Amino acid sequence: MAEKEALFSQKNRRLVFDPLNDDNPITVQVLGICSALAITVQLKPAIVMALGVMFVVVASNVIVSLIRNMIPSRIRIIVQLVIVAGLVILVDLILKAYLYDVSKELSVFVGLIITNCIIMGRLEAFALANGPWKSFLDGVGNAGGYAIILIVVAFFRELLGSGKLFGYEVLGHKGKTLMESTGLYHYGYENNGFMLLPPMALIALGILIWLQRSKNRKLIEA
Amino acid sequence: MDLLNLFIKSIFIDNMIFAYFLGMCSYLAVSKTVKTASGLGIAVVFVLIITVPVNFLLETYILKPGALVWLGQEYANIDLSFLSFIMFIAVIASMVQLVEMIVERFAPALYSQLGIFLPLIAVNCAILGGSLFMQQKNFANITESFVYGLGSGIGWLLAIVAIAAIREKVSYSNIPAPLRGIGITFIITGLMAIAFMSFGGIKL
Repeated sequence: MAEKEALFSQKNRRLVFDPLNDDNPITVQVLGICSALAITVQLKPAIVMALGVMFVVVASNVIVSLIRNMIPSRIRIIVQLVIVAGLVILVDLILKAYLYDVSKELSVFVGLIITNCIIMGRLEAFALANGPWKSFLDGVGNAGGYAIILIVVAFFRELLGSGKLFGYEVLGHKGKTLMESTGLYHYGYENNGFMLLPPMALIALGILIWLQRSKNRKLIEA
Repeated sequence: MDLLNLFIKSIFIDNMIFAYFLGMCSYLAVSKTVKTASGLGIAVVFVLIITVPVNFLLETYILKPGALVWLGQEYANIDLSFLSFIMFIAVIASMVQLVEMIVERFAPALYSQLGIFLPLIAVNCAILGGSLFMQQKNFANITESFVYGLGSGIGWLLAIVAIAAIREKVSYSNIPAPLRGIGITFIITGLMAIAFMSFGGIKL
């Protein structure tokens, strides 16, 4: 019988904090890219998406780790998919009920949480081999790392692309003429509409990875 | 809708990778060499042309609001659309299993080439994405959904083979160390996506 571990031992803390930087699910493990890029045009849907993914990762991690000894390994993928799909339906219905406009904006990407590789990756790599509490922490950590990247990318895309944050015009109001405009627009600033298009999401993420790796040299690929 | 129009559109304009970022995980993980990339790409086309029409039938005859009317008038008010995620993913997982068995039985050479990729396709977002977009686009009949599945599959194949060919070349060039690997792949994909955007103005 192993010694009983403290709830927040050194090892358990690493489970939460490693995925935030050194082992980030998006920039280092390269999982869950699809949704990270598609819904980062604005901050609000990005945050809603991050919360949805966090709920699904944590809940599915705990459920799978609770029943991990009962799942025959041959059909484990289907069992996991059914659990995850059930949780995603829950998220979808909650979004439709309380945040209808965001749910419309996310459209198919709510459903695509099912195939978000972070979830299957963590289930396969962690929850199948560890207890519920550890899986819970692992889920929180990985979803947190995912959320950070989503929020950073969405922040820059919304700020540079439409001059807004959460839909508020932080750079001033753009009128029809220079005189009618306020804030930065008064001095001839223009939004970079290109930031709103899909290619810039890829390039922004590429630059983010570049920055992270030049700070954190041990992540550099040979 | 004209079928050819739909086909071209789903390959170039609504490209799975460059317009919707679907299937990025395997796109990045399996694009180191052209050979494996084309293997995975073919497998994706294969699974898409089966799952999209099957899910179309499922959607039309079971899931859509009022779809159960063929059972009798009293079922006309039933709306099972909240079940669509779980049904689609179940169909996809079982179809992938089926395709795997069929390919293993009748084309062992192809099977050994696809290897590990076939089972992994069940969790490829491009497959589920194909079905979910099919649901959104309200196709009129099964032929349209088949053409859509084929087109988006070929678009995905095109993208992954192209990036794999570029990555084979890029591996010889002198890239800043922190950008090596994933970073530069993202930026290249971004540039390719810009190129693909130019198809957007085409009216067929």
